[in-house]
Amino acid sequence: MTRLPITKTPKCFVGGAFIRSESGRVYEHKDSAGAFVCNIPLCTRKDLRNAVEAAAKAGPGWAKRSAYNRGQILYRIAEMLESRADELAAALSLTNPNSAAASREVRAAIDRTVHYAGWTDKYESLLGSVNPVSTPHFNFTVMEPMGVIGILAPEEAPLLSLLSMILPAITSGNTVIALASHSQPYPSILLGEILAVSDLPGGVVNLFTGTRTDILPTMATHAHLRAVYAAANKSERTEIQQGAAEHVKRTVFLPSEKTIDWFADDAQGLYQIRHFLEPKTTWHPVGI
Amino acid sequence: MPAKRPNNPARELLFGDLWEYDPAPETAPAHIAPRYDLFINGQFTAPKSKKWFDSISPGNEQKVSEIALANEADVNAAFAAATAAFSKWSKTSGAERGKYLYRIARLLQDRAREFAVAETIDGGKPIRESRDFDVPVAAAHFFYHAGWADKLAYAAPGRTLAPLGVVGQIIPWNFPLLMLAWKIAPALACGNTVILKPAETTSVTAMKFCSILQDAGLPPGVVNIVTGAGDTGTNIIHHPAAAKIAFTGSTAIGKFIQRTLAGTDKRLTLELGGKAANIVFEDAPIDQAVEGIVNGIFFNQGHVCCAGSRLLVQESVADEVLRKLKMRLRHLRVGDPLDKNTDIGAINSRKQLEKIQELVKSGVQEGAEIHQPACKLPKRGFYFAPTLFSNVSLSHRIAREEIFGPVLSILTFRTPEEAVEKANNTPYGLSAGVWTDKGSRILKMSTELKAGVVWANTYNKFDPASPFGGYKESGFGREGGKQGLLDYAQIV
Repeated sequence: MTRLPITKTPKCFVGGAFIRSESGRVYEHKDSAGAFVCNIPLCTRKDLRNAVEAAAKAGPGWAKRSAYNRGQILYRIAEMLESRADELAAALSLTNPNSAAASREVRAAIDRTVHYAGWTDKYESLLGSVNPVSTPHFNFTVMEPMGVIGILAPEEAPLLSLLSMILPAITSGNTVIALASHSQPYPSILLGEILAVSDLPGGVVNLFTGTRTDILPTMATHAHLRAVYAAANKSERTEIQQGAAEHVKRTVFLPSEKTIDWFADDAQGLYQIRHFLEPKTTWHPVGI
Repeated sequence: MPAKRPNNPARELLFGDLWEYDPAPETAPAHIAPRYDLFINGQFTAPKSKKWFDSISPGNEQKVSEIALANEADVNAAFAAATAAFSKWSKTSGAERGKYLYRIARLLQDRAREFAVAETIDGGKPIRESRDFDVPVAAAHFFYHAGWADKLAYAAPGRTLAPLGVVGQIIPWNFPLLMLAWKIAPALACGNTVILKPAETTSVTAMKFCSILQDAGLPPGVVNIVTGAGDTGTNIIHHPAAAKIAFTGSTAIGKFIQRTLAGTDKRLTLELGGKAANIVFEDAPIDQAVEGIVNGIFFNQGHVCCAGSRLLVQESVADEVLRKLKMRLRHLRVGDPLDKNTDIGAINSRKQLEKIQELVKSGVQEGAEIHQPACKLPKRGFYFAPTLFSNVSLSHRIAREEIFGPVLSILTFRTPEEAVEKANNTPYGLSAGVWTDKGSRILKMSTELKAGVVWANTYNKFDPASPFGGYKESGFGREGGKQGLLDYAQIV
């Protein structure tokens, strides 16, 4: 008699815990052949608010970690990704049967994580400064994390693009809430499981699934999000910017009219990290 | 050893009006024209609107000059000139662009006294401040950014910078010439061309500055200055040729601009309002702190977005600080902005004066205790006596809203944690002050205060090399320093 395997209930990763949507709703996820795979949580603005709360709670502690410690934790994420590379590739293959492309995406995602692990203790020396003011003051500018960043990931390259948007934000001590690809959500479910065992404090990365129409308006206007990083089309950008104006929120857009090469070297680096930093300048008199 | 004093506090020497200062007016000519046209394509150009409006001196309510009112056609002409100039200016080598900026800095220094007098007549700030701060720091901004023009690649490690295009810039009335310098200098250094609109109450020094641009031989169209009020600004924001909008002013207008630009992909930097906490710990050098508090709130009549308008004093020294502040206030001289002994000049406009009066009234009504020194205000012009409020709570309007006037709200705290909590309890985040003798506490406070600039044991210091700008609803982007430069360029 063949044994019936145990299927996994996909859950979102919020506040370090695995949750179903507060709404109790799901949507059907089918593979490229049209066969049922699983039900994916259809998260709502209530879930978004809960995620923001979790991210806000985790923020100060994460920002206070030493840069070295954040680097080691990001590196640990890479280790955990590598150990589940086959499973991730299989998840990508659900919606894209090209298994070579799936493996390539997983490798790129792991390497991207290692890339940012090395940035945690370096961006400050390149972007900050000691400023030679003309009065007798010691004046210096440090780069501080902004706070909670809202992310709208694109549909394509569902693992690599999602990680490529999350990593530059958390490298400097921000915390994030991210809406994963709607059509290819399963890699984000696995990513949550991987982050949960990566020494990453709960609430630093919060991942959820659902539709953009449910999530976007609240993400644009939520007062506790300091920035929105969105792969978005023109009408979405308009809506986000209009909402962002309510609290002078920062916005960083990846226009979906342009194809993004997520594998390229310039899809990562110092200037992605800079998007989510606030320069803070401190003055002090020099004297005795 | 000093003789033993009886156990009562030292008496204060009060001279009353015994040794009153004689008037010491600055008399250098300001060379203000009776009428100013627009500055488009290197030429003074009559507005297509055929309209001019009066600019009055807030010090005596007399007419200073007539300022052109730019309409949509005028703004279009300015954009056409800036767009035409961009193709050549953006390809001019950095070294050559820098030389123009150096020239501008030098020419401004040459005419510093004249510009200071004009600034004071037009805007109402004390001549001491326009002479010692606004004009020299404006020149310094051009000099500083001149040096960047051929070194842009060093500002972005691993990459280089390219200009954005035509930049629309809208500036406020509190530091008219200085804000112009903060906007134009980095834009030009990065190879952009500019349309700048000064505030409608303070256009005179911007128009005088155009003659410096002509004397410097700056190519026509690189800088265009259009004058007018909100409608002129709206025309700039809406213009399709604007690659970026840079705005300094109120948070309400900043939000309006951000909303208006939604969907256009134009770049935007905003330097908006503030409600800064100036935090005094019990171990602070109190006399120095009192000077810093006074400078923090009464500098430029409190028309400063980063003014230290919320004083947070540790409870144990609150009485002492209030007593010393009240005494210090009696020595502040309010009056003729052109008098070299004046500490507090004129409020910039009647509208602003009414706003200050309204908020002060709300402070009294909500139960805060008001302290104003007896001082005689000039009969004509817009003046407001320096004002302290004690017993202020965080919910009072005077503790939450930006007053933009010489009004200080005093709150108290017990622990550093409470100070941080109260300081950050505002939608703004432009600046903060910390007064303490303890170095480690300064660094800890600086880390925890959500503000773009933290002044420790000092206040209201500015420098072209020092990036300035806010967190939260005080805006985004920086002006000055390496960080400010990056907001006027694409990183390629």
